[in-house]
Amino acid sequence: MTLLPFWFIIITVLWTGFFVLEGFDFGVGMLHNAVGKDEPERRAAINTIGPLWDGNEVWLIVAGAAMFAAFPGWYATMFSGFYLALVLLLASLIVRGVSFEYRGKRDAIRWRRTWDILLTAGSLLAPLLIGVALGDLLHGLPINSSQNYTGSFWDLLQPYALLTGVTLVLICLLHGATFLSLKTTGDMRERSGRLARRVAPLTGAAVVAFVIWTHVTARSTFFLNPIELLAVLAVIAAIWLVRERRDGFAFAATTVTMAACIVSIFTGLYPNVMVSSTSPAYNLTVHNTASGAYSLKVMTVVAVILLPVVLAYQTWTYYVFRRRVSRRDFEPDLGPATPDGSHPEPSAQPKTASISDRLRPEEEQT
Amino acid sequence: MTNVDLARWQFAFTSINHFLFVPITIGLAFLVALLQTAWYRSKRDEYLRLTRFFGTLLVINVAIGVVSGIVQEFEFGMNWGAYSRLVGNIFGAPLAMEGLAAFFLESTFLGLWLFGWDKLSRRLHLATIWLVALGSVLSAAFIMAANSWMQHPVGYQMVHGKPQLNDIWALLTNPVFVWGYSKVLLASLVTGAAVMLAVSAWQLRRGGEAAVFVRSARLALIVLVPSILFTMLVGDELGVIEASYQPMKIAAAEAQWTTCQPCSFSLIQIGGGNNDHTPTQILAIPHLLSLLATNHWNGKVIGLSPLQSQYAAKYGAGNYVPNVFIQYWSMRVMAYAGVLVLLLGLWGLWLLRRKKVATSRLFLWVAVWAAVLPFLMNTAGWLLTESGRQPWIVQGIMLTKNGISASVSTADIAISLAAFVLLYAALGTIDLLLMLRYSREQLPPARTAADQDAPVPAVRY
Repeated sequence: MTLLPFWFIIITVLWTGFFVLEGFDFGVGMLHNAVGKDEPERRAAINTIGPLWDGNEVWLIVAGAAMFAAFPGWYATMFSGFYLALVLLLASLIVRGVSFEYRGKRDAIRWRRTWDILLTAGSLLAPLLIGVALGDLLHGLPINSSQNYTGSFWDLLQPYALLTGVTLVLICLLHGATFLSLKTTGDMRERSGRLARRVAPLTGAAVVAFVIWTHVTARSTFFLNPIELLAVLAVIAAIWLVRERRDGFAFAATTVTMAACIVSIFTGLYPNVMVSSTSPAYNLTVHNTASGAYSLKVMTVVAVILLPVVLAYQTWTYYVFRRRVSRRDFEPDLGPATPDGSHPEPSAQPKTASISDRLRPEEEQT
Repeated sequence: MTNVDLARWQFAFTSINHFLFVPITIGLAFLVALLQTAWYRSKRDEYLRLTRFFGTLLVINVAIGVVSGIVQEFEFGMNWGAYSRLVGNIFGAPLAMEGLAAFFLESTFLGLWLFGWDKLSRRLHLATIWLVALGSVLSAAFIMAANSWMQHPVGYQMVHGKPQLNDIWALLTNPVFVWGYSKVLLASLVTGAAVMLAVSAWQLRRGGEAAVFVRSARLALIVLVPSILFTMLVGDELGVIEASYQPMKIAAAEAQWTTCQPCSFSLIQIGGGNNDHTPTQILAIPHLLSLLATNHWNGKVIGLSPLQSQYAAKYGAGNYVPNVFIQYWSMRVMAYAGVLVLLLGLWGLWLLRRKKVATSRLFLWVAVWAAVLPFLMNTAGWLLTESGRQPWIVQGIMLTKNGISASVSTADIAISLAAFVLLYAALGTIDLLLMLRYSREQLPPARTAADQDAPVPAVRY
């Protein structure tokens, strides 16, 4: 059944896409308070991901649904086994999602501080929990012969899984910091760069430890496989590039780091999808959890047509919102701004705008 | 309480809450797209101001609709693991298509619409709101295809005791799906229009800009009346279809224990329920149940007791009667709320014709409070559909009690149920307060003539 590896790859791609894209959203969520020292700056930080985070989060929904459709046994065992962890994850995602929307809807300090804290906490917990879950898949959990999880919540928190979670959080932090350096101006850009330089060695250490442990856990050959090697090289490159203040390349490097780490978990897994620590005979594999042949065929047609379309319009979205966001977009005292946020006087823009700011199409008309 | 009961409570609680936000989103997305189209074509500033005003209300709801939707997707695996394992190859497919075809579209283009006011050409920007509306309409399509399969399984064969999909086309032409989906879309339009009408009415009563809010009130009424009318007609046809595939559901909705021909429709009764087979009828309309359930004046409706014997003979011993009290009253609440909405809409249209809609204080007062009705109607409709399927999780294939996750303890579900109740209560309250607050806001100011050609500023967090 050749469609099984294909669908395993699709699911890997979806999880990777989720972490690469939502990864910097999580990072920005965790860092918006550190990068934004006052209200206009915090708003600017949040608005760097404003138009993007919702579309990015859909990658998680689709990853889950693809597992449900292609490997129902995997979906059922994983989601029921991780029950309380998922409740916590859902709570984090909900709180985080609405905090974007609700934070700016009232102009009160306590209201905004509350949502700031919730946004930070949700953005930290979500990648941590998903990371622990992905680590558990590979390291193994008590699973019986009828593919049911037999452990408790605490059994999920094994050392390798925790390291995976912490590593992903640290990559998200660095990824978010490089994203913010790329998308903000002035002091905020400085601060983001400084944070990136501070976090980078930690992330590097975590990634190296994670890669080695993953390699040992997956029990493959003695040498690192290309993906694992790529993760290590990418994170080293990221450390160097943030020091060199090469915003664009640094972001590319953290993107590759994230992608390679996620893919390395999945390459370590295949053809298993969940390892049973009770007995290797009870391992969940792409074969014993698979959907029907007809369903997979239908799903393949749909995915082959739609995934490129989705990629095309999401890429276009990133192109539309390519310019940097700066604090002065959110300063109330800059000229007599009309209540709906526009500045009637284009000349009120400060003359020290950066090059990318001057490329704003609407200002070229003035 | 067993863990099956708790899991059912949790699923009912989260999905009822989810479906408070979904119909507002679908309905308002369409109406906001209409408003923006009106602005695009006429260049009249009122329409732009209304687009921005109602767009804010739309966005407040989308946020909760999206995040509570993730809960729904996860719950199948979390609570209903055995069910997911058994039917994932059929039920999972539409869910995955939903994500790929609808959720990506809706979320990505909502971001483009909100933040792209000053970055896209007017024509392209108009297209983004229509794509948001299309995405929301598509998402309802796939989840309804999946749900309809649980009501009336089609397009599968049993292989080693497991249903295997063998015809996706049958899934998408399932009569329960075609009619059920139409009904959901229409009811969503009703909901969106009723919300828009209520907000406009509140503004008109409180001296909001009459010239502007009369326009939104008119648009809402013009959408509302045909939508509620067709909701009822489609609902009637859906009743006939369900009566043939799920006779228990309809018999229970009428608390009809014995077979009747012709059958009268009970308007109101006292007592009733699974242990009271002879409730006191207060008022009944002859022949109406026959007409509703079979489309024939003298149609026959088989009673619950004979159906129970039939099912027991076919599927083995057990109780196959759904909760009659819930069925009976959810049917009535749905129907009566629908009638009230229709009457309100007709009243509004009549006032509109006489150009009195902005000045009839009684109508405006009623229209504000009537916003509750579509939500009652929607919730009751889902209770009727889902509770009426019990004790089956998939009609005729799997019992609800067999669909539960083996590895999840009662304590786990109790914890998660408590967590969701607290979380949703908090979010629901905040959403309601924000909706009320923003419904009472002033319109964004009219732009000066010089501004008309400048780009419209984007929305920001």
